[in-house]
Amino acid sequence: MAETGLTLDGVVIRRDGRRLVDISDHVAPGEVLTVMGPSGSGKSTLLSYVIGTLASGFAAQGRVRLNGQDITDLAPEARHVGILFQDELLFPHLSVGDNLAFGLRATVRGRAERARRTAAALEDIGLGGYGDRDPDTLSGGQKARVALMRMLLSGPKALLLDEPFSRLDTERRDKIRDLVFAQARAKGLPVLLVTHDHADAEAAGGRVHLLD
Amino acid sequence: MAATCETQSVRARVLPWAPVLTLGIMLGPVAAGVLGTLGPAFGYMPALGGTEIGLDAFAMLFDWPGLVPASVLSVTTGLAATALSLLLVAVICAAWSGSVVFRMIERLLSPLLSVPHAAAAFGLAFLIAPSGWIARAASPWLTGWHRPPDVLILQDPLGLSLTAGLIVKEVPFLLLMTLAAMSQIRTAQARDTAMALGYAPVTAWFKTVFPRVYAQIRLPVYAVLAFSMTVVDVSLILGPTKPPTLAVQILRWMNDPDLKLRFLASAAAVWQLGLVIAALLLWRMCEVGVAGLGRRWVASGARGGATRTVRALSLVAALLSGGAILFGLLGLVVWSFAGFWSFPALLPDGFSTRTWMRHAMSLWPVATETLVIAASATLVALFLTLACLEAEERHGLRPGARALWLLYVPLIVPQIAFLTGLQTLAIFAGLDGNRMAVIAVHIIFVLPYVFLSLADPFRAWDARYGHVARALGAGCDGVLWRVRLPMLLRPILTAAAVGFAVSIGQFLPTLLAGAGRVQTLTTEAVALASGGDRRVIAVYALSQTALALLPFALALLVPAVVWRNRRGLRHG
Repeated sequence: MAETGLTLDGVVIRRDGRRLVDISDHVAPGEVLTVMGPSGSGKSTLLSYVIGTLASGFAAQGRVRLNGQDITDLAPEARHVGILFQDELLFPHLSVGDNLAFGLRATVRGRAERARRTAAALEDIGLGGYGDRDPDTLSGGQKARVALMRMLLSGPKALLLDEPFSRLDTERRDKIRDLVFAQARAKGLPVLLVTHDHADAEAAGGRVHLLD
Repeated sequence: MAATCETQSVRARVLPWAPVLTLGIMLGPVAAGVLGTLGPAFGYMPALGGTEIGLDAFAMLFDWPGLVPASVLSVTTGLAATALSLLLVAVICAAWSGSVVFRMIERLLSPLLSVPHAAAAFGLAFLIAPSGWIARAASPWLTGWHRPPDVLILQDPLGLSLTAGLIVKEVPFLLLMTLAAMSQIRTAQARDTAMALGYAPVTAWFKTVFPRVYAQIRLPVYAVLAFSMTVVDVSLILGPTKPPTLAVQILRWMNDPDLKLRFLASAAAVWQLGLVIAALLLWRMCEVGVAGLGRRWVASGARGGATRTVRALSLVAALLSGGAILFGLLGLVVWSFAGFWSFPALLPDGFSTRTWMRHAMSLWPVATETLVIAASATLVALFLTLACLEAEERHGLRPGARALWLLYVPLIVPQIAFLTGLQTLAIFAGLDGNRMAVIAVHIIFVLPYVFLSLADPFRAWDARYGHVARALGAGCDGVLWRVRLPMLLRPILTAAAVGFAVSIGQFLPTLLAGAGRVQTLTTEAVALASGGDRRVIAVYALSQTALALLPFALALLVPAVVWRNRRGLRHG
């Protein structure tokens, strides 16, 4: 039986010879690993290495394994690693429903079935009937829920969070945070969270890795 | 490089070559054209029996009595048009940037910019001619004129009306370039800081913003200088005739049935190229001099003043410059519908659609030809530009400052200097005189504008949208077609409209590559200039303008309709 979860095996990322990130760790399914550090410390760089979009100018080594499979050299779209950014980044040219459909795997076939799945997904996040809406007309909390659901529909095997709650006001932040962690636990996803907010780390409840 | 893309397919393997291919398509003809000019200039053109390298053609050129006045005219009109346009643009920005007036000027910019040079020149001519609107408005109550005065305003020997015609078109262009440069610099901050130190607004702008802005618009300024020195269509309409400007005279020699004159034309084209290079060097020296004086002025700590005066003067100048185009176009409209119209009546006795009706049939095929050429050249340029930008994204082929210079080569090397040579080569290769040749030559000039217009929005696109899309399972092509291009619909259409307008305005490239056999609205309108039938001229010049404006209207309208329910893209 292969190991399950997300493994960072000797990941070192440098820029201009300076070491930004140096981490070796394993995140079990349903567990949250929080990476903390001030801005500019390379937190987001680590996530872009895991999803495969590291910008040129960075030198990286080390392997990333997901459920036993080495995904370090795979194309981003083949990794099945979902990510949420600080901004929701809903595609502004697509309706709310089409944003979800963008995430929904192509293995779900047939227009009717896909429409049914996105409609049901909207119901799940309390946005039933919002399918035709312009994403830009949603509130911050609604956008965050759509972004989360869009990612979950793509069937990720791991979840990366790039300070996804920092734009929300305090009350919404707690709700969304609970929703995200609950979903991750329910689906048994390993979660890698980067943040500079101690409240995020406490709510996550897992181990904390500090970058300097 | 963002993220690895699929690299196996033919398409993926061709993409990294897009920049090289694009530069080849753009610069290959320029280089070939310059060589094709240099050869005959020094006597080498085997097809016409020129096998001896020599200076005979230059000897002929120096025997031409018009050489000195034509050369002087080229240099003075070019320098004056460039310096005055730049001064006007700088003063407008210094006095008005950040104000409501400035935002209105910005909004007028695109339409003013898309008016073809020839149409603007005709409009201006109809305003300032002795029988033009200005003279009519002041007669007879002020001037006492009951018939048009016998003064040479148009085509004056000093090239003053030519210079004016150039300024009204170059001001919008330089202003657009300046706005783009200002958006990259935190201009308001610098000026406000200086104002907090007690500097008057205009002085603050010139001391803190202008030096940095100028560094960014240097290449467009050089392009304006080279263009103004060598322009042909505006010169045929507003420029002197005895002798004409050098560029016009070269065209005459090129079109002479006596093929021997091609040696002379080539020599003159080389001479013209030399003049442009000399003027650019002179300009560069002036830059250094002005920079030195400017540094001393900055160090002097003079706070300046006269804000109101500068504001008023610059606004008047801007109104004159913009008004010349707008009222010129209005004049064209009136003339195209005019019945009998005697001097000094301000308006015709009656209006009719007769001129339009009579020319509708001949206008149609010419308009279609113009559209086909513009659409083809724009599509090719747009495709190449997007391929270059996507290659830059996928393969990290970030162009340096030198690549930007390459983009400006077709705009700085005078058209007359390499198109004559290109035509000479094309004739003997049997490639001239058809639509394909014209499209190919138009691409040379459309490409830089499309690229310059699209590059910034394309690069400024938030790459995280792409990262999200890929994490959701989309490949590189999926990101491009399903996310990036739709989100960039507005700038893409704007770039296409710019390309369209550039193609429609081309006179010399159409004439030379088409060998006079490919007729567009521009070549027809300019050809009518010597005939002097104002009603027909107006019909052609207006059709030309309408065709150039239409894509800009579509570029505004289409995104507004397609994204009517997408607030996030409305101002993107």
